[in-house]
Amino acid sequence: MLGRTLREVSVALKQGQITPTELCRKCLSLIQKTKFLNAYITVSEEVALKQAEESEKRYKQGQSLGILDGIPVAVKDNFSTSGIQTTCASNMLKGYIPPFNATVVQKLLDQGALLMGKTNLDEFAMGSGSTDGAFGPVKNPWSYSKQYQEQRRPQSNRKREGTDWLIAGGSSGGSAAAVSAFTCFAALGSDTGGSTRNPAAHCGLVGFKPSYGLVSRHGLIPLVNSMDVPGILTRCVDDTAIVLGVLAGHDPKDSTTVQDPVKPFTVPSLSDVSKLCIGIPKEYLVPELSSEVRSLWSKAADLFESAGAKVIEVSLPHTSYSIVCYHVLCTAEVASNMARFDGLEYGHRCDVNMSTEAMYAATRREGFNDVVRGRILSGNFFLLKENYENYFIKAQKVRRLIANDFVNVFNSGVDILLTPTTLSEAVPFLEFIKEDNRTRSAQDDIFTQAVNMAGLPAVSMPAALSTQGLPIGLQFIGHAFCDQKLLTVAKWFEKQVQFPVLQLQGLMDDCSSVFENETLPSVSVKQ
Amino acid sequence: MLCPPTGVLNRRCVEAAVMTGLALNCHINKKSLFDRKHYFYSDLPAGYQITQQRLPIAANGSLTYGVFMGNKQSRMATKTVRIRQIQLEQDSGKSLHDDLRSQTLIDLNRAGVGLLEVVLEPDLCCGEEAAAVIKELQLILQALGTSQANMAEGQLRVDANISVHHPGEPLGVRTEVKNLNSIRFLAKAIDHEIQRQINELESGGEILNETRSFDCKLGCTVPMRDKEGKQDYRFMPEPNLPPLVLYDSASLPAGTESQQVINIDQIRDALPELPSATRERLVRRYGMLPEHSFTLLNEVGLLQFFQNVMKETRAEPKKVTSWVLNTLLGYLKHHNLAVSESPVTSSALAELLDLLDSKAISSAAAKQVFEELWKGEAKSAAQVVSEKQLELMQDREALEQLCQSTMEGHPQVVTDMKSGNPRAINKLIGLVRKATLNRADPAEIKDILERLSS
Repeated sequence: MLGRTLREVSVALKQGQITPTELCRKCLSLIQKTKFLNAYITVSEEVALKQAEESEKRYKQGQSLGILDGIPVAVKDNFSTSGIQTTCASNMLKGYIPPFNATVVQKLLDQGALLMGKTNLDEFAMGSGSTDGAFGPVKNPWSYSKQYQEQRRPQSNRKREGTDWLIAGGSSGGSAAAVSAFTCFAALGSDTGGSTRNPAAHCGLVGFKPSYGLVSRHGLIPLVNSMDVPGILTRCVDDTAIVLGVLAGHDPKDSTTVQDPVKPFTVPSLSDVSKLCIGIPKEYLVPELSSEVRSLWSKAADLFESAGAKVIEVSLPHTSYSIVCYHVLCTAEVASNMARFDGLEYGHRCDVNMSTEAMYAATRREGFNDVVRGRILSGNFFLLKENYENYFIKAQKVRRLIANDFVNVFNSGVDILLTPTTLSEAVPFLEFIKEDNRTRSAQDDIFTQAVNMAGLPAVSMPAALSTQGLPIGLQFIGHAFCDQKLLTVAKWFEKQVQFPVLQLQGLMDDCSSVFENETLPSVSVKQ
Repeated sequence: MLCPPTGVLNRRCVEAAVMTGLALNCHINKKSLFDRKHYFYSDLPAGYQITQQRLPIAANGSLTYGVFMGNKQSRMATKTVRIRQIQLEQDSGKSLHDDLRSQTLIDLNRAGVGLLEVVLEPDLCCGEEAAAVIKELQLILQALGTSQANMAEGQLRVDANISVHHPGEPLGVRTEVKNLNSIRFLAKAIDHEIQRQINELESGGEILNETRSFDCKLGCTVPMRDKEGKQDYRFMPEPNLPPLVLYDSASLPAGTESQQVINIDQIRDALPELPSATRERLVRRYGMLPEHSFTLLNEVGLLQFFQNVMKETRAEPKKVTSWVLNTLLGYLKHHNLAVSESPVTSSALAELLDLLDSKAISSAAAKQVFEELWKGEAKSAAQVVSEKQLELMQDREALEQLCQSTMEGHPQVVTDMKSGNPRAINKLIGLVRKATLNRADPAEIKDILERLSS
């Protein structure tokens, strides 16, 4: 049951094949068993069971709220949840309990979804590995997959058992691991520079970043206000569409959401792609790209072409400036957004009592990790009067050029851009931490952050397994507010690719009941 | 509380800003922008304040005000101060310093509430001008309904930037004086600071660009502890608030609902009468001096009182003006009462003025009646007149007889009078008045005496 799609489970609930409470308990049990993944910071067992009880009542009375009624979901721990600890994986907010729900959380709850818990992340969503949070790193479930265990390259100097696990990607690694390990059917992430798409690629999931302004940010603890969006992680495109249909739309509490009404929709099944024009941005072919990903990217392009679509090379000329530009704007907004954490009203407060200034300084040093502090310092530097023109204003101008690159390409007849999501498959944690957060972010965000700067919708689709048996994702980028069209193409791709299901059986010998009545499809990778 | 990180603009604040901008003759910017001003202070929970530094909602206006001139403050001169800009911003919380326990208490109730900041150009030269400007601004805001502008309650907060320089030279280094919670203190603080700066410079010292606080007990400005040195506020555009776009009737897109947008022309058409227009109207209609119109508006409730009396009395406006501004206001000031606390109601005064107007009583008698009414014993003017027998003598013959007999009783004075001594006639008038128990009009007595002695 837990390996089914959201839609399938919803039907099962409606038909009484399983009750919300049973479903909830199964997920809670699996969360317990996969605790070592460290995907969850807080498991809201009591809340979820209570919600399940209420959902059950509704189903009995034939008054279910919709497809999401009784469906277990998880939420990244940078979304405010009323009465449930919200930490942003930081010491600064350990024990902080918000008095309200983020709009997107409220929308899910209003549809009867069951909140299983708050997922782990890089501290304050800064990072591309989910390794730098105050509650420890997230382990990629694929580290324990049959596929990886069987196909991985043998290690020359074999590390101790259990230390060579892979990163889940970041910063929404916890949400990705939670969905990937079947503990829930959908999870909310956030995406500022790729934080939903990156872990989706590493964990073999659909990672969707909506157009900026389509989904409310109210209640999402902000990183970069002009680039943040709530992201959706699921195991298939249909599931993404269901969640997006519930979340999208104007929110009076968020002045940056668009006014136009949005209706829930089903993704049509495209049969004919001959009218589609796919663009391949040449500047995205960078030397650091692994040969496997490059090869897969090329095969995907061929896939579209042989199906009748027009596939052309395009240019996004300002691509090489986008990482630096992103860095300036991101750190500037971070410095501003983190100014509210002073220990006075909520969250961590140090013991220093001498003066306000001393108290602030100590609280912030104790509460934030190096990554956060580093970005705050950079950001404040760029915002100083003497630097503002040369850095901040300049970066805003470059941002406009980058956004215009996309506009120009889309105006020339291209419907969708196809690019890699990450440079390579997920790397081992010990490998990942050899470089610092800033370096890693700069490397790993390369294909994803320009999209945030342009406010466009994008989705990472699982494409194939690498030779080591690990997921590789490819990214599709669409026109602004053409999220539906983007998902339509993604769904077509999903059907062609038939990406394999994660096989955790090796680990789950003693909990096969979780997957009872399941016959998992065998691995079949279209190469 | 962590949220709202996403913000929403308050419509009423924008309307208030446009109204105030129009009332102050400003150019309303159809597009204005919001910025974050960053600094750390315990009453600023977000670590930044949302304001309009780059492009405010209104700019380049003017405020015309009146200053009393001359020794007796009897003449009025009109001056103008330029308005640099008006901007919307957020309020911070309030800090209450408890030095005894070495702690600070923070009240966050007003944090985030919308504020309007009016920035004036340095066109003012002394405390009195500043006081007059602020008074006029208060009247305007009250007339608009955008604020009660009560300084003591923090509804209107004023910071003064003060510098001195020799004529012809550029402006000197300025200090900012805060913590002014009345117009009186504002004027005092400014004048004190001007003098302090002059003293400092003349003895070879220099002025620091600092923030000072007015200590009302000491009557002087003192440096403020926490705000030393120049701050870099690291201004950054507010990413959660899109540019504020206002329309006028010409630029309004077709088919827009009026609730969705703000139309400057509509707001302009709906502006209430401003104080300057009210004053002009009073001068025109009642023929009073400009100074009088200022006084009527400056005193809370006085204009209403005046208008109520005017409605109920037959007396001439000039008479009413005089009685309200001199007699009533005099008594109120002497007893430190507000107009609303006046024991003499507008109806009572109207009745009194009617009696005076119909010559039923003399003006001296009227003053006596007023005095009696002031006691607040709920008697009417007519009652007081009859109780104290203050009616003017209506019997002309009896009065003539009295004059005659007085003249006969004081032949020497009569002789003096005939020889042109003005004091003589006044003495006679006084004697006759006494004899009539003050129930005769001195002017009439004079008339009769002159006739009888000719």
